[in-house]
Amino acid sequence: MPLLSLITYAPLLGVAAIVALRLFAQKDDAKAAEAARWIAFVTTLATLALSVLLVARFDAGNPGFQFVEEVPWFAGLSYRMGVDGISVLFVLLTAFLMPICIAASWKSIDDRVCEYMIAFLVLEALVIGVFCALDLVLFYIFFEFGLVPMFLIIGIWGGKRRVYAAYKFFLYTLLGSVLMLAAILYMIATSGTSSIPELMTYQFPGQAQAWLWLAFFASFAVKMPMWPVHTWLPDAHVEAPTAGSVILAGILLKLGGYGFMRFSLPMFPLASEMFGPLVFGLSVVAVIYTSLVAFRQTDIKKLIAYSSVAHMGFVTMGIFSGNAAGEQGALYQMLSHGVISGALFLCVGVVYDRMHTREIAFYGGLVNRMPWYAAVFMLFTMGNVGLPGTSGFVGEILTMTGVYQASTWTAALAATGVILSAVYALSLYRRVVFGELVNPQLATIGDLEWRETMIFAPLVLATLWLGVQPNLVFEITGASVDQLVTTYQAAIGK
Amino acid sequence: MTFSADLSLAIPELILAVGALVLLVGGAFSPRSTFAVSAAAVVALLGAAVATATLPVGTAFAGGLISDAAATFAKVAIYVASAVAIPLGQPWFERRGVKNFEFPVLILLAALGMGMMASSGDLISLYVGVELQSLALYVLAAMHRDNAKASEAGLKYFVLGALSSGLLLYGASLIYGFAGSTTYADIAVAVQGGAETGVLFGLVFLMCGLAFKVSAAPFHMWTPDVYEGAPTPVVAFFAAAPKLAAMVLFARVLAEGFAGAIEQWSQVLVALGLISVAVGAFAGLVQKNLKRLWAYSSIANVGYALLGLASGTEAGIQAMLMFMVLYMVDVTGFFACLSALSRGGRSMETMDDMAGLWRERPWLSLAMTVFALSALGLPPFSGFWAKYYVFKAALDAGLWGPAVIGLVGSVVAAFYYLRLIKVMWFDASPGQTDKPPAEAGAIAIGLAVFAFPVVLIALTWLDPLATRAAQAFGL
Repeated sequence: MPLLSLITYAPLLGVAAIVALRLFAQKDDAKAAEAARWIAFVTTLATLALSVLLVARFDAGNPGFQFVEEVPWFAGLSYRMGVDGISVLFVLLTAFLMPICIAASWKSIDDRVCEYMIAFLVLEALVIGVFCALDLVLFYIFFEFGLVPMFLIIGIWGGKRRVYAAYKFFLYTLLGSVLMLAAILYMIATSGTSSIPELMTYQFPGQAQAWLWLAFFASFAVKMPMWPVHTWLPDAHVEAPTAGSVILAGILLKLGGYGFMRFSLPMFPLASEMFGPLVFGLSVVAVIYTSLVAFRQTDIKKLIAYSSVAHMGFVTMGIFSGNAAGEQGALYQMLSHGVISGALFLCVGVVYDRMHTREIAFYGGLVNRMPWYAAVFMLFTMGNVGLPGTSGFVGEILTMTGVYQASTWTAALAATGVILSAVYALSLYRRVVFGELVNPQLATIGDLEWRETMIFAPLVLATLWLGVQPNLVFEITGASVDQLVTTYQAAIGK
Repeated sequence: MTFSADLSLAIPELILAVGALVLLVGGAFSPRSTFAVSAAAVVALLGAAVATATLPVGTAFAGGLISDAAATFAKVAIYVASAVAIPLGQPWFERRGVKNFEFPVLILLAALGMGMMASSGDLISLYVGVELQSLALYVLAAMHRDNAKASEAGLKYFVLGALSSGLLLYGASLIYGFAGSTTYADIAVAVQGGAETGVLFGLVFLMCGLAFKVSAAPFHMWTPDVYEGAPTPVVAFFAAAPKLAAMVLFARVLAEGFAGAIEQWSQVLVALGLISVAVGAFAGLVQKNLKRLWAYSSIANVGYALLGLASGTEAGIQAMLMFMVLYMVDVTGFFACLSALSRGGRSMETMDDMAGLWRERPWLSLAMTVFALSALGLPPFSGFWAKYYVFKAALDAGLWGPAVIGLVGSVVAAFYYLRLIKVMWFDASPGQTDKPPAEAGAIAIGLAVFAFPVVLIALTWLDPLATRAAQAFGL
């Protein structure tokens, strides 16, 4: 059974169902919207079930690609799918966050619901496709086409400056991607293959590696996003609807890190080592600078967006440390950040749905009216800071260990980022949740409803579970990461 | 070769020529039976396409007419595209009170000329082919006689087209004078191991003339005005097939006649290609009229096709052929959408007209979105594959700089394609649109379905066909 294709295209069945419903069955908008919500929710749950099955049947001892599907296409290209320890958990993360996004949009989206659900389902299919694709061109198709649903999600259902944000998001990423396309075409032309596993063993000459690395870097650095090409992210986040932010922070940002681990490191090891200091430098700036910027924000969503950039700084430095601890840490940090930042955006969504503002100054003293909300928000704030016991801690400590071995100064400087993250995250929490409830408009604000509680429950569980049981993840990623690190270090002659 | 053997290689041309003349006479006797004439013209075109596909390889009329894989590939595409133009155009004219049976006849004549361009083997048949299709197109552009803009477009097209034909003819006569022959095969012998200045001079004139025909910058001035003024279904026709014919002709002259001067013409093509990409991308940014916008888009796209050709390799020609065929789908589809749309009887042609179209005409806006994304070069739409081939060939031939500049140009152009999508999907609609005519809507949706997802399967048989076609040029 082609399990990966099944997972990838399962969401499209939901799309077909919604289109069919709209065309043939339900002409009434409100009823169609309700049906579309349910169809989308059930489809994403089914996809999640399939992904769980995938992880359960995944052979953790095998460092290579599993569940491989291969169908020849044309001109040497193939439809190749497969997962290894690095990608399989991203598939699960995507499938895990999607039903949550659908549920989170249940009430806040009431305009063009069918189209909204279609956009999300298409996005899910494409993102899963990115993580499963084992052919360069197939990867590029999924990677690039994902821009369209996100562009529509921001542009149609976004806030006031949605058009500006949607353009910025699209054009920034497109510019990075076309350079990657040039590199992909060159790679296919010189090596004669577009298969990712084969290219991982192909050795490009040093000079070519440098250029190819830079081209891929242009794309992934924007996606990540790394300082100084991060400026699209705060705009996109602020304008996107809550679920859009969750997907953006939770999954789309991970495409950059995944790309570095899948392409830059194994295919261009010499260039990765050569440009390592550059990445370290940019990452340190990202960690410190964006943390400081985050502290000065007046909009809750923007603050969390900047904190995402800072956290991604840890990921990039971990990846380019080139040792096992760094890679594992980066991978873990990405998974954990996917859960925690997604949850934080949902926390913002909860108060935004009630008050329709994200100004920090508007809030204060929420704990008096919303004790459950305060507790949930507290947990994710702590996870964001990296408190031991939450998943954020594991990723950060491992990354720092790895980076320390590679570049002590980088680790030392990045460590200040840990403190800074506590500064902005805790001060945000204090200003929004603690204190006296002075704003009279907040006097009647209600605590989490049943639906919201159910949305947060899996996220809370995931954060804590990953925090105390990191081995669950390392068992799956271990073999592939070890192989990545061994071949990388052999290639650079260490 | 005997005369009858010569004629047997010209069967598609004979079908079209005889068909056009018979329909012209028939139409003159019974001017109201436009439907019968249209149907007969479509049958003639499809018959010519089938005849082309079964034609053996060979040359006829002392090298003047070539039948090979490249000619077959291009001619089938041209005839099919022309056949689509008739059901798109004829009802459109009749709804506007222009019930002329000449429309299908002119399309037949244009197709005949384009077919000759694609299989021309010497400069004479080249010129005859070019003129035949151009003259038919001038008349088509002005077909909407009562419309001042259409007449203006036809006149502009004619004057500038005549200028370019002059350049073409001048170049051809110079080449004949210095190389001593008009057939490509003999010219190739004369320029073996480097062309002398006189021949090069002629070649440059010839290329300028052809650049006019494919509307490559800086010879693109006529394009936006003509596209804007001419009737929309006519634009759908002449933005597609004639470009393919002219590009194939371009490739054939250069590859079969001037293989010895490859370094010289490659430079010229790179320059033409890059200027076109830049002009198309930047000038398109300020356009409000969608027909003008797509004119600039077509200029940029021809630039990409020229970059493929500039590679001067078999892969480059294959890339150009793939590019043009896939691009034809996009551009025909887009103009089919435009010709299907009207509000209160008035054609919707500007960006603002499209505001909120999504609520009014979801399927047509979806189709237009597909064509816009495809023209943008976003995977997995057909336009991406077109660019994929071109850039791969260019990189393979070592054209690094041009390829990267071309790619960046596509990001600039992305801005206006996105604006169209933004207007259709994000903005509020100003009012009801008319019910789209069935035939234009069906053609638009059908082509959109081809642009994605059918293209993903179609590529598996288009790719080998284009490879075989490119091999025919023997570069």
